[in-house]
Amino acid sequence: MNAEVRAIKTPAEQALNAAYTAARAKLPGKGAIADLREAAFQRFDAAGLPHRRIEEWKYTDLRALMREAKPLAEPAKAKGKVPALPGLTAGRIAIVNGRYEQAWSDLKPVAGVELSDVFAFAADQKNYRLGAVPGHDDIAVSLNTAFMTGGVALRVAKGVNVEKPIEIAHVFADRAAAAMYPRSVVIVAPGARVTFIESFNGPAGVDYQVNSTLELLVGEGARVDHVTIGSDGDKALRISSVGVKVGAKAIYNSFTYTAGGAVVRNQIFARFDGEGTQASIGGATLLKGRQHVDNTLVINHAAGGCTSRERFRTVLDGESHGIFQGKIVVEPHAQKTDAKMATHALLLSDEAEADNKPELEIFADDVQCGHGATAGALDGALKFYLMSRGIPENEAEALLIQAFIGEAIEEIAHEGIREALLNAAAKWLQAREQ
Amino acid sequence: MAFLEVKNLHVEIEGKKILNGLTLSVEKGQVAAIMGPNGSGKSTLAYVLAGKSEYNVTEGDVLLNGESILQMAPDERAAKGVFLAFQYPVEVPGVATMTFLRTALNAQRKTRSENELSTPEFMKLVRDTAGHLGISQEMLRRAVNVGFSGGEKKRNEILQMAVLQPKLAVLDETDSGLDIDALKIVAEGVNRLRSPDRSMVVITHYQRLLNYIVPDVVHVLAKGRVVKSGGKELALELEAKGYAQFQGEAA
Repeated sequence: MNAEVRAIKTPAEQALNAAYTAARAKLPGKGAIADLREAAFQRFDAAGLPHRRIEEWKYTDLRALMREAKPLAEPAKAKGKVPALPGLTAGRIAIVNGRYEQAWSDLKPVAGVELSDVFAFAADQKNYRLGAVPGHDDIAVSLNTAFMTGGVALRVAKGVNVEKPIEIAHVFADRAAAAMYPRSVVIVAPGARVTFIESFNGPAGVDYQVNSTLELLVGEGARVDHVTIGSDGDKALRISSVGVKVGAKAIYNSFTYTAGGAVVRNQIFARFDGEGTQASIGGATLLKGRQHVDNTLVINHAAGGCTSRERFRTVLDGESHGIFQGKIVVEPHAQKTDAKMATHALLLSDEAEADNKPELEIFADDVQCGHGATAGALDGALKFYLMSRGIPENEAEALLIQAFIGEAIEEIAHEGIREALLNAAAKWLQAREQ
Repeated sequence: MAFLEVKNLHVEIEGKKILNGLTLSVEKGQVAAIMGPNGSGKSTLAYVLAGKSEYNVTEGDVLLNGESILQMAPDERAAKGVFLAFQYPVEVPGVATMTFLRTALNAQRKTRSENELSTPEFMKLVRDTAGHLGISQEMLRRAVNVGFSGGEKKRNEILQMAVLQPKLAVLDETDSGLDIDALKIVAEGVNRLRSPDRSMVVITHYQRLLNYIVPDVVHVLAKGRVVKSGGKELALELEAKGYAQFQGEAA
């Protein structure tokens, strides 16, 4: 609990308070949903924007980084196109300015896959109770719950193998800055398999704000490959939270690629509820200029015999700031847990800063858990080796950076997504060299 | 004029003087062995020729084909034909051996204003050479030296040398850490590359390597300078008598 008495609210907090009061009656969902919003807003209002004295937000002081709260985004006025990562083929579901826009989407009907607006699906909380995933009480998630304007509910039926990736494409499509609060739900029934992407895009030069939350249920024996691609505009502030519950003997692979945005926080709250789950939670982050990107994980081994691998790599140029916070919790009965976390930062400039905060909270006694973290510059011996073979310095550096980040991206199982991201990373490097 | 001329070379690293007026000439097509005790400056000479930046040349010059190379970056020297086979080849995670070879060869050719090799030409060149050295396709697909044994790393150095076709090959203790079978494979690889157009500097502590790579001349290094030069029989003499006879001389 935050015992501090805070009489004075920041302008951003005041604006959020006013925005909620004004919008409350018009936001979608009645009854249980409205109650959920109200409770979430009260949580947020009591705590305020998280700041550096809140341990989980130590390195991403939102009170300082979010000086103003932008007005709630209006629905897109005209139909537009979803920006796609070159080379990436997927059926797209467009979430524009925080609302599901069927007209922008190109996902063709897939057997065994159901899609609807999130509030149409969860309005009366009978089909699904929103907020039933880990991370629900997090302050950023609470803010999303208070303001959530739309999104989708995507369901994959029992035993269905979805061949082609499905992309939930979040787009901010205005020229004037505003804030969007998309909320989506993905439910993968037992034994089903799906690869889905969450992407985030918006215009350069606009300081729009995104606070997204995804609720993901991975059924028993299911396999979910979940890739997040952050390609926001250079002035954007985005907080994306994923709350995921994983059933027994499931495979959950998550990968978060971030190259865009001014301030980005990716949060994953995962809980393994059944035995024998295998999870791989990875990420690659490419930073330059004054970008600030924070990857924060809370991984809860709530059942025994689960394996998790957390592997994140970050390249930092300019005066950028990269943060990794990874907490692994092993509950008392979660014996035979096997969890290993590794995080590596490659610093290309003296002004860049990388912070690594691994945390292990182990309450079971028969487990294998470990973590490792490195942060350093390019290895001079490697560079000399490459140059001694005739490779010019800038090319040698590019090859080594590409190799560093490529080793992370190689974790992605889906070849098309892997290749698209390897190409995106190569382009980022080419732009750096010029 | 010799192809490689090292003139009165003085070199320091972190304020410590390693080379003390080293003078050495290697003719075009000549294989010169450099022998000497530990700490005599053999590896320093190899690194200075390749252009490692930590070494500070305080006096003297190194001429390649009459041109000073001391102001050149390592990649420029490589394009001029300098190749160093490392004593301890480094592992390059995430860079496939094939990609590495092709990037290096094309970079050199580009610097020399030559056309890039076509993919089939390149593949044939690598496959033929790799076959001789017992390097499998699987190894070529793997990241450079990652998970390679000591012998595999040394063979990979010779493969790189064969693909890059240098004019001056410097082999730094290529025999270290090799068993006799691996040594033979590596030496055969080197001997196949002997050519009237290629000079070699073979650095070794032991005479053993020189049974397989027979040098034209042998230079003995002690305390950072050449203290004796002779034919290949000098290596045998050193094997019999040891380096003690030279340890005092250069002081």
